[in-house]
Amino acid sequence: MVLEALQYTFFQNALAAAFLVSIASGIIGTYIVVKRMSLVSGSIAHTVFGGLGLSYYLGTNPLLGATFFSLIAATFVTLIRKHARNRMDALLSALWSVGMATGLIFIFITEGYATDLFTFLFGNILLVNSSDLLLIFALDFVVVTATLVFYNVFMAITFDEESAEIRNVPVTLAYFILFSLIALTIVMVIKVVGIILMIALLTMPAATAHLFNKTIKSIMFWAFALTLIATVGGLFASFALDFPTGPIIILFAAAMYFGGMLVHCIRPTKQ
Amino acid sequence: MVKKEIISLENVSFGYSNKSFLENINLKIFEKDFIGIAGPNGGGKTTLIKLILGLLKPKSGKIVLFGKNPKKGRQKIGYLSQYDNVDLDFPATAMEIVLLGRIEKTLIKFFSKEDRKIAEKFLKKMGVWDLRERKLNELSGGEKQRVFIAKALATEPQALILDEPLSNVDVGAREELFELLKELNKSIAIIVVDHNIEILSKYSKEIVCVNKCVEKGAKYHAITRVCGKAKMVY
Repeated sequence: MVLEALQYTFFQNALAAAFLVSIASGIIGTYIVVKRMSLVSGSIAHTVFGGLGLSYYLGTNPLLGATFFSLIAATFVTLIRKHARNRMDALLSALWSVGMATGLIFIFITEGYATDLFTFLFGNILLVNSSDLLLIFALDFVVVTATLVFYNVFMAITFDEESAEIRNVPVTLAYFILFSLIALTIVMVIKVVGIILMIALLTMPAATAHLFNKTIKSIMFWAFALTLIATVGGLFASFALDFPTGPIIILFAAAMYFGGMLVHCIRPTKQ
Repeated sequence: MVKKEIISLENVSFGYSNKSFLENINLKIFEKDFIGIAGPNGGGKTTLIKLILGLLKPKSGKIVLFGKNPKKGRQKIGYLSQYDNVDLDFPATAMEIVLLGRIEKTLIKFFSKEDRKIAEKFLKKMGVWDLRERKLNELSGGEKQRVFIAKALATEPQALILDEPLSNVDVGAREELFELLKELNKSIAIIVVDHNIEILSKYSKEIVCVNKCVEKGAKYHAITRVCGKAKMVY
């Protein structure tokens, strides 16, 4: 009965989106978890809300506005990190709220905001259309290629930034690229589960994979696999139960995370 | 044979606005020196290292590394950060960590066969080749430090600076670590910051005491005198 979902175009699009988003989310989620950058990611995501509001007001594809704003947010985060590291916590929170406030104003001055507000905040993978898919594919391509190219340098700066600086690695530029990739991934993930739930989908699969894997590459792979399981599982479950997709996806990811922690705790340690 | 000067600080001071951390530092370090840097907490040991490495800018004075400014000259220095600066739970194997030492200057770096050979050489030199596939958090404190030193050596430096290499290392493994440094000292200069005066005076040829200003003496015991505004008492 559930399989009949497959004959609908919207469902096929949703499955394709789930697959594509899982790739970028698994890779970037790994960096966020390993380097503990949830607050940075949260700030970028909520700044994106400003972009969504703007493109909604202008009547363009929301993902375009979101992409633009996310890159502005990545720039701000890089500057804050470079010049005001001691105040990073407060400044990131400010960025977070200003983004939300801007978005809310734009949506307020646009007519018929109510339903779309809900979609922005909680996402809806079932509304992904073919032009969204194209954009998601392009963003995925950028994230994967950049990660392959900058992999070793990302590793150097996330492991020991000071040593990298002494080797004259362009650390700030490398972080800007990493934050930009986080920003682009957030844009994709927002389409699936929205701003509010975004951080959970981005981090829980990677955190689960982190429990059982010893290298960045293997964490990335398993984070991708778990994100795919959560999104596809969530899609089918929400179709069968007629529940909203985003929250179900998050509950799937959370169940895997808590299950993983449970196994990790009761498993005897090798040391 | 005259020893070549590799690091020199001339009248270097450092501080913020009216508060100074280091005053009028004069220090020369030569090739194949083994220098211990001691001093009380907050005395400016790490600040001194950061000035040498160009991570901080002096308020006044001149720092020269290998005849160049710190940002250029530091390429020839291997550096072991303090434990707090490194993520000890980082998901990487010992081999992957040591390879990171091969990265320099560029934003894009793929490891060559040559890079892997160099990593292998220093993993072997530090006696941790057999542990190369182990994850960082599966290693003991002493083993981790050996891996980190191998990473610093993979930069093929002419001097190695270690900031508190003994924190988190078992008492038993400390002398072993210093024996390795002694071995390395045959070809490169070693500069070690630590609290452990006993081990520093045993291995280093000279001890530099940092407490706002710098005192250099053959052995630590020679230096118990008034230095700057604070009296050094141990």
